[in-house]
Amino acid sequence: MLRFLGRSVLSLLQYLGELAVLFGETCRALVTAPIRWRLFARQLVEVGFRSQLVVIVTGAFTGAVFAAQTFFQFHRIGMESAVGAVVAVSMFRELGPVLTGLMVAGRVGAAIAAEIGTMKVTEQIDALRALGVHPIDYLVVPRVMALMLSMPILVAECCGLGALAGYLIGTKVLGISEAYYLDTMLKFTGLRDIKMALSKGLAFAVLVVFISCHQGLNAKEGAVGVGRAPTEAVVIGSLAILVVNFFLSFALNIIYPAGV
Amino acid sequence: MIRVRKLHKTLGSQEVLRGIDLEIKKGETCVILGRSGCGKSVLLKHFVGLLQPTSGEVFVDGEDIARLPERELGRIRKKVGILFQSGALFDSMNVGENIAFPLREAGLRDPAVIEEKVAEALEMVDLAGEQEKMPENLSGGMRKRVGLARTIVSRPECILFDEPTTGLDPIASDSINHLIRRLQKRLSVTSVVVTHDMKTAYHTADRIAYLHEGRIYFLGSADQLRHSRDPVLQNFIEGRSGDSD
Repeated sequence: MLRFLGRSVLSLLQYLGELAVLFGETCRALVTAPIRWRLFARQLVEVGFRSQLVVIVTGAFTGAVFAAQTFFQFHRIGMESAVGAVVAVSMFRELGPVLTGLMVAGRVGAAIAAEIGTMKVTEQIDALRALGVHPIDYLVVPRVMALMLSMPILVAECCGLGALAGYLIGTKVLGISEAYYLDTMLKFTGLRDIKMALSKGLAFAVLVVFISCHQGLNAKEGAVGVGRAPTEAVVIGSLAILVVNFFLSFALNIIYPAGV
Repeated sequence: MIRVRKLHKTLGSQEVLRGIDLEIKKGETCVILGRSGCGKSVLLKHFVGLLQPTSGEVFVDGEDIARLPERELGRIRKKVGILFQSGALFDSMNVGENIAFPLREAGLRDPAVIEEKVAEALEMVDLAGEQEKMPENLSGGMRKRVGLARTIVSRPECILFDEPTTGLDPIASDSINHLIRRLQKRLSVTSVVVTHDMKTAYHTADRIAYLHEGRIYFLGSADQLRHSRDPVLQNFIEGRSGDSD
């Protein structure tokens, strides 16, 4: 039992160490190596532009259903007007960033790990190295830049659409007064909540892109290895988002305290 | 051009190379022979810094590259090109873009010059006019030729061939063998060919090294190998496993 525990802790530490090395190498490459703007633009379309639909749909339906459920509970104690504030604050501070992170981990993280993993086992990464091109400069840096720019925008879209869908369901379908809804929503939702959402988005972008690139770069030989890389990228990425979000919520609440 | 001294390499728990000493002279073609899994490709990858030895030294043009960091190996890799077993073409690029890749990475920007060099490289490997094809539409032999064109387009001083004829039919293999010889004459490069194909060895080699149990078991000319009475070499040359029905 003790041996199993020790081995698990050691492999976790080794994994975190490898991620830290990849992070350090990437930071160094961002400063010293030439930026490949064409690859960055291609990744921006792939990871940012093409993720919009899934993120918008997720945000809108979550906002709508959250507004409905909140209304059903609050209606019984006559607090329907608070629905707007609850939905907007929850979307910006928690649901928007986490759901966007999970969706991006599923869509983009899996694609990154699969693409880089396939390149690894078909010797394409060795070919890059043999041609004098560092794989981190060519494969990791453009993806890191693209996701770090895209993620806050995707989070903003998810939160915005969630709040809008909540407003539409609350006022047009459930019959809450528009004036009350907007008043409480604007009173309790401020710039601090938007900043918190964007900060979390940035943090989750870092988690998703480094975990996915690491899984791809360390893919094992054969179909099983390539198949495992995206699965593990999604699982580890999603779990990391949920765990880090918990600690981030407390830390960011100190910087951007909730409330009026 | 390339010299290795007391090279050891352990992969996992297996010691693949057990003290290799070998020198590749400038301008020669050295063939490294050996059974599948004996460590030929592992040895070859040390010559270009794709693998780091567990112990020992690897000199390229007098410089020990065994402990060089990845970013400093770039200038060594401009001198030494490698043709991978599968061709290792970038599957997101067409043939022309694959071959232009090393030129663009070296800072060449003029499309006319790039186009001209790509066409010349393709002509050298007998694939003139195939720029627009995607790698998935190429046969195994064509992939290796395109891989070779990508390697030679930046004119390295030394070319490493990793199993250039493996997986090809006899006619395609023969064509690749002729191509290797022709390129040596045309570009005057140093070549190292890793293979287990005796036809390739006899056709291309100035010298042959036979790798056995992690060491260089034999080093000499093709004639010396052919006339050797050593049972290990004879079994390999004649393809005898020693098993009976």
